[in-house]
Amino acid sequence: MTEKSGNMTMTAAVPAGGDVADYIALLKPRVMSLVVFTGFAGLYLAPGSIHPVIAAVAVLCIAVGAGASGAINMWYDRDIDAVMERTAERPVPTGRVEPRAALAFGVALSVWSVMVMGVAVNWAAAALLAFTIAFYVFIYTMWLKRRTPQNIVIGGAAGAFPPMVGWAAVSGDITLSSIVLFAIIFMWTPPHFWALALYRRGDYAKAGVPMMPVVAGEKETKRQIVLYSILLAPLGMAPTFVGMSSWYYGGVAGALGLVFVGLSIAIYRETGDRYARRTFAFSILYLFLLFAALIVDKAFGLAG
Amino acid sequence: MDMTVDTPEEQRAKQKRRNRALLIVLMGMVVLFYVISIVRMGIVE
Repeated sequence: MTEKSGNMTMTAAVPAGGDVADYIALLKPRVMSLVVFTGFAGLYLAPGSIHPVIAAVAVLCIAVGAGASGAINMWYDRDIDAVMERTAERPVPTGRVEPRAALAFGVALSVWSVMVMGVAVNWAAAALLAFTIAFYVFIYTMWLKRRTPQNIVIGGAAGAFPPMVGWAAVSGDITLSSIVLFAIIFMWTPPHFWALALYRRGDYAKAGVPMMPVVAGEKETKRQIVLYSILLAPLGMAPTFVGMSSWYYGGVAGALGLVFVGLSIAIYRETGDRYARRTFAFSILYLFLLFAALIVDKAFGLAG
Repeated sequence: MDMTVDTPEEQRAKQKRRNRALLIVLMGMVVLFYVISIVRMGIVE
């Protein structure tokens, strides 16, 4: 049963459905890659041993859980995604995937990831993974994102949990070292997102999302970016201070932290958005290099 | 916003691709659960 109107054909009998690529896009693969990497780092850095297959299953569950929360986020945020240039082409706002299909996909994958983590790995890691998904969906997406400019400060915790989940997959508990890994990502999230929000503030304003540059203005956001990057620089070195890694790592973390602070100051001084874009790109590299340095440090036994 | 609506042929092609992907995922899960079972039994022993 088809109804033609101009050059647009409306098909009513065949249910709409996205392509495989659309369902992959619902999982936010780019965000997932950093989550998987930090989750793996937590798993690798944890004391104790884990069977390689079980370790791979744990990383798979972290990846699927992260993707699932991304899909639920896209279902809930479809109205604001549609008006933001950066997100307007996502599968749900374009109509390629029905909202309820995105929700069902996200919920099914969430349940799958938590259950498999529990049965195959351990229930402490599964509980942490469930909490992470719930935090991202209910606390960040549904509660904070549209209500406060502190949305990504508190909501950033969701992105900071994966190394703790990886750690718990091996050790079955939460320790000071895993909390340090959490704290690094938690402190990294605000300057990372605010750098993006500085050059995308028009998008956020149009969608009514109270990001810091929209609510508090450009100057205050830049001040906060500098503040958070100054706090992040020594925190990045904390694994050395708690005896988790060597001073080789400490040196790398310190140098990376100084670059981050330098870029933040450059943002504070600039009138355009050149350094905001650079800082956003560097922040991703920063986190990747920091966790890569932790892995290398342990792999070569530099901590002694 | 992309207002292009697929023809029934395009929709069927998409459905076929989705079904194939689902088959691969389900087969992957069978293998995954089998491997997990073997490994877990080994750990318990």
